[in-house]
Amino acid sequence: MQQLLFAISTMVGGVLACVVYFFGTNWLLDKLFPSKGLTGAKASKNLRITNAIRPWLFMAPALFALAIYLVYPVFESVRLAFHDRTGQQFVGFSNFSWMINDGEFRQSIFNNFLWLLVVPALATFFGLVIAALTDRIWWGNIAKTLIFMPMAISFVGAAVIWKFVYDYRAEGSEQIGILNAIVVAFGGAPEAWMTIPFWNNFFLMVILIWIQTGFAMVILSAALRGIPEETIEAAVIDGANGFQIFFKIMVPQIWGTIAVVWTTITILVLKVFDIVLAMTNGQWQTQVLANLMFDWMFRGGGDFGRGASIAVVIMILVIPIMIWNIRNATKEMEGH
Amino acid sequence: MIATSRSPLIFVVHLSVLLLVALWTLPTAGLLISSLRDKDQLAVSGWWTALSTSSQNMTGRAASPEAQVERDGKFVISGNLVEGGTTKVSAFGFRPMQPAAFEPGKPADIGDGQTLTVNEDGSYEIVSPTKMEGTRGQRIFYTASVPPRFTLDNYREVLNAEGIGASFINSLTVAIPATIIPILVAAFCAYALAWMPFPGRAILIAVIVGLLVVPLQMSLIPLLRLYNGVGAFFGVPAKTYVGIWLAHMGFGLPLAVYLLRNYMAGLPREIMESARVDGASDFDIFVKIILPLSFPALASFAIFQFLWTWNDLLVAMVFLGAGNEELVLTGRLVNLLGSRGGNWEILTASAFITIIVPLIVFFSLQRFLVRGLLAGSVKGG
Repeated sequence: MQQLLFAISTMVGGVLACVVYFFGTNWLLDKLFPSKGLTGAKASKNLRITNAIRPWLFMAPALFALAIYLVYPVFESVRLAFHDRTGQQFVGFSNFSWMINDGEFRQSIFNNFLWLLVVPALATFFGLVIAALTDRIWWGNIAKTLIFMPMAISFVGAAVIWKFVYDYRAEGSEQIGILNAIVVAFGGAPEAWMTIPFWNNFFLMVILIWIQTGFAMVILSAALRGIPEETIEAAVIDGANGFQIFFKIMVPQIWGTIAVVWTTITILVLKVFDIVLAMTNGQWQTQVLANLMFDWMFRGGGDFGRGASIAVVIMILVIPIMIWNIRNATKEMEGH
Repeated sequence: MIATSRSPLIFVVHLSVLLLVALWTLPTAGLLISSLRDKDQLAVSGWWTALSTSSQNMTGRAASPEAQVERDGKFVISGNLVEGGTTKVSAFGFRPMQPAAFEPGKPADIGDGQTLTVNEDGSYEIVSPTKMEGTRGQRIFYTASVPPRFTLDNYREVLNAEGIGASFINSLTVAIPATIIPILVAAFCAYALAWMPFPGRAILIAVIVGLLVVPLQMSLIPLLRLYNGVGAFFGVPAKTYVGIWLAHMGFGLPLAVYLLRNYMAGLPREIMESARVDGASDFDIFVKIILPLSFPALASFAIFQFLWTWNDLLVAMVFLGAGNEELVLTGRLVNLLGSRGGNWEILTASAFITIIVPLIVFFSLQRFLVRGLLAGSVKGG
């Protein structure tokens, strides 16, 4: 309780500090360069100065936080990637050459690419199909809410949910995991799904697909509704059937949105960590980059050089999407 | 919306959506149902059988020979194997290898002329022609059909004994300030980027769009070193709530600024211009006009940030530590997965406690969440 009170008082304090900062600096600026009550050149000069300074006063706290928490770490991580485990000694590319020869790292890269191939594709696909189907039925919104719900569940919570689904009991005893129960009901033998190399990756991916499909569905559903009715009516008049309308008329019109959904999920996949940590912690050949990086951060007291170099690899994989995003955003702004 | 909705395929559509919804909800439903079941039943039968009577193999022990009474020249030990009146015995035995050798109600010969009878209601009777010796009671194996039993015991246990209750408070302590504090900071920045002309604005916006996708992993090690350095320099602990609040604020800011800027840039220019003609400064315009108008965007960011800070594991593990005192719910759950891997009554109840708050937020504020998602992604493309 005391802790919560502390949290709430800090919250109030933090908000108050923000308010004081914004009001205070604004008041100070108007005091130093007054424009009201003055006339002529002096007033317009002061007005020009305040107009030039004020945006930076507005942005200063945010820019400061962004610089410390995101910009500086990017450069520092790159620097650390070329240093030893404590970050003191410059070691050139040795972290990277270690990486290339490390079996666990190669396993992680391989698994990450598997994730990148499968998860965005399936989540987008299911999202699109569900968006299209639920638009046609009266209880579509209820269905959407239920499919969207896993979005609110933490990766760790989802891991427990699915670990229960995959639960394994020795052959002959009653299975309490639903997947094995179904397998047994069809006459198969129960499996410890998490320990089957290669395929266990896919059982982990199911969890992220389960979470992300709702996101894809919501965005694609809105995009489908934005398609002009006339294009569909014209296709109907020309005698197109439901599938043709969907794949040849509707999907091509929302390619842009599909790409956004795809890249957003791709970014998330690159950072996937909680699911692997909670389900297998990288055992049975399920290691991924983010979990490997976390592992090296603390392994044997922490190897910051290797950890940072793995982070840099993740960053390099993200950069193409970053550039694509920036280009789209600037294009859109010019269009305004 | 589509003209084809009258086609006979509509039944297929209904059916496939039903199937998909089932696929997406059953795992969570299984967790919820299991967390409410009696832990002995949970361990031996699937949650989908929760409503049916389950059959369990049990072991009991008769009262010790000291409790025997003499009746009609015979020595009798009697009692009841099951507590509560609803359990039914369907078979019993006295050897571990043959736990279900006899039908209830029929006497079984257990040697030395003694007989054991177990009735359907669990009452048993051992009858011996001679006085029985020893201090240990006869072991009895039986198959019982147990009616479904639902209980909140699992929740009671995890909240007290497993530290979930304390972690719940920790999670709240992390999530609430980490949600509220960034809002004002981001809103001012977003307004400047949307409506105040200054050189370099376009570049700043591009940088923020770029920062949106910077992986958290890049920040972990440098910030950990920075925090350790600051902690050592000022002689304060490196892992504090203040540290994690600021970290969450830093990581949440790009999305906040981006969302709010998009929203504010879409507000009609005339409002601001007429206010400016009336002599209002940028500060007045922002506080009195833009901030109230931006409420939907502020709300959707707040929901995102809350869900993200509540569900986060990585930031909390690195910046708050993994000690018993400071574990948040997600961290506690990972620990329980390791230490209580087979105790599903503990895992399911703990998991449900960790997901209940985000689910409440989700169902009550879904509208804002959807709006925020749309503003955050579609406009970017």
